[in-house]
Amino acid sequence: MARFDPYENNGGTCVAVAGADYCVVAADTRLSVGYSILSRDHSKIAQLADKCVLASSGFQGDIKALQKALAAKELVYEHNNNKKMSCPAMAQLLSNTLYYKRFFPYYAFNVLAGLDTQGKGCVFTYDAVGSYERTGYSAQGTGSALMMPVLDNQLKSPSPLLLPARDAVTPLSESDAVDLVKDVFASATERDIYTGDRLEIVVINSSGTCRECIELRKD
Amino acid sequence: MTGSMDLPAKGGFSFDLCRRNNMLQKNGLKLPGFRKTGTTIVGLVFQDGVVLGADTRATEGPIVADKNCEKIHFMAPNIYCCGAGTAADTEAVTDMVSSQLQLHRYATGRESRVVTALTLLKSHLFRYQGHVSAALVLGGVDCTGPHLHTVYPHGSTDTLPFATMGSGSLAAMSVFESKYKEGLTREEGIQLVSDAICAGIFNDLGSGSNVDVCVITKGKTEYLRNHQLPNPRTYASSKGYSFTKGQTEVLSTKITPLKQKVEVTEGGDAMEE
Repeated sequence: MARFDPYENNGGTCVAVAGADYCVVAADTRLSVGYSILSRDHSKIAQLADKCVLASSGFQGDIKALQKALAAKELVYEHNNNKKMSCPAMAQLLSNTLYYKRFFPYYAFNVLAGLDTQGKGCVFTYDAVGSYERTGYSAQGTGSALMMPVLDNQLKSPSPLLLPARDAVTPLSESDAVDLVKDVFASATERDIYTGDRLEIVVINSSGTCRECIELRKD
Repeated sequence: MTGSMDLPAKGGFSFDLCRRNNMLQKNGLKLPGFRKTGTTIVGLVFQDGVVLGADTRATEGPIVADKNCEKIHFMAPNIYCCGAGTAADTEAVTDMVSSQLQLHRYATGRESRVVTALTLLKSHLFRYQGHVSAALVLGGVDCTGPHLHTVYPHGSTDTLPFATMGSGSLAAMSVFESKYKEGLTREEGIQLVSDAICAGIFNDLGSGSNVDVCVITKGKTEYLRNHQLPNPRTYASSKGYSFTKGQTEVLSTKITPLKQKVEVTEGGDAMEE
């Protein structure tokens, strides 16, 4: 007897890297189901506030719903507090929104990134039900296992497992971080069938948000 | 067992290990996964013979295990076979039938016929009731003319002017159905096969990397390995990488010397070569 499966994995990978005064967020633009490609040009990155960006991979139906819910809650916050939400505030809101659906989760693997209230880069990484942590860098999605070891080694950030907890932002420059992210995506594309087509890179720094796209393998 | 000779199989599935396998599964053994080729393979008949084509990606679930594997297997100098399904199965069954064909050539003194390879493959696959997961496109030219067949894992076969198999077969077949016509020239045949494989490479996630082509005509076979390479790496960091010790932070170190269980005594005879 076939039961209706409410979830589907649309594939893809998201990465974010925090620097001293910048933040790099990147995600591929391939949307797939099973062995087919639905779109080569689907953005996984949503801007929630002017210095706060959410990159999510997983089930895009749930992701669209989650983005809508967060945008609405952000607007309510603005009306109530007469200011835009900061990135750490959004991080807590996202965690609560996810845990609210603890027993029928959003199938979304999120990375929230931006600049905190001091202008330093911040990256928050989540699981599907809202457990989160502020880290210096993170990868989520089908290619995450291929990327994380390389980021652990090349970003030269202090390990997030060290005690006492150390500030995990990378000492690398913005251009080095962007170069590493491009290379690591190109490598993951070679070996993960769900990652590819195009890479969208968003860089957030004190002068604003800038978007760049590079081509990836389309097979 | 005394006096037991290896009798030739009478036919049908050999159930010897089924009870043991069921018992192991019941006791919690997770059966090993198979590496599938998640493939696009095609073949077509043109005016002088057959053209076979294949992609070169081998997958293990969502991961690419081999970016440039060979899916067009040698059967005889005038017969080649593309394989989709479980990689070990396609390799094993094509190697086995290739050897059998060679022995047959020595026995008969004649060039192998495609129907011979076909019959050997289908009877083997039927005996294993679909458990040998090999889906093949068999093509060649012999004294009776050009032939193209598809062979399914359960042992059924079809004889066709153009054929596609694998996860990318629908993408490739859409190209064939649009553009195939009888009496294609060699160049047209190679172009059509490349187009069909490219359709599989770009639209099917289980297929990718490069296009392999094999052209078989009377008296001549050309194996065009990596005929097309439409997927170069898009970005390579010019800085290069260094992996020095300490780059991934070591959190703690614990060294436990192993207890010596063997006593080493000096002297004695040196071991013989």
